[in-house]
Amino acid sequence: MLSMIVVLGIYYWSVFERFNSQVMTTDEQLQFWSKAILIAIPVSIITKIVVMIIFVIINYIITREKMAGFEDERDKLIELKATRNSYIIFGIGFFVSLAVLAFGYPPKYMFISIILGGIASEIFDNLSKFYYHRKGV
Amino acid sequence: MSKHGIHNHIRKLRFEHDEMTQQQLADQVKVTRQTIVAIEKGKYSPSLELAFKIAKVFNTPLEQVFSYEPEL
Repeated sequence: MLSMIVVLGIYYWSVFERFNSQVMTTDEQLQFWSKAILIAIPVSIITKIVVMIIFVIINYIITREKMAGFEDERDKLIELKATRNSYIIFGIGFFVSLAVLAFGYPPKYMFISIILGGIASEIFDNLSKFYYHRKGV
Repeated sequence: MSKHGIHNHIRKLRFEHDEMTQQQLADQVKVTRQTIVAIEKGKYSPSLELAFKIAKVFNTPLEQVFSYEPEL
């Protein structure tokens, strides 16, 4: 989760830097933010895969216990509940982004709301999994 | 202590079956060891299918593995 926040944080920080250094029309702004989000999707997927591989290696070195190569019914239930929670958070973020636009703020803030909603939903997904694994499901 | 009022005797049954490890039981019913740990601690109530599989491993009726006492 931390690695995800760090990678996406660095990525979006560089996006904001580029955005602030340019003067753009509304159409160009929409194109800029759409590109930024489209690039962020494969970046986050690749980060997840790399982090997972590193985690499995470190886990094996420390515990000498191989991770199960399958998901059982409890894992699937936890996954479902965590996904539900993350969708709720992303939905709130999307609602906020529409409200921002409805109240007359520039499109920049709409995309920022979507991005923050996406990051928050990712964090909630991981926290939910952690909670259900610790406290039971 | 159980989360849903479902109690189990898996730990005792494992002990009575040549001190079967959690991993051995998990392998036989095709779940992860963590799931067996969660069931034993009462943090997860297994599906009916998994409950029957566990009972079959110990060759005992289901009610001797799991019991239900509603929380008041």
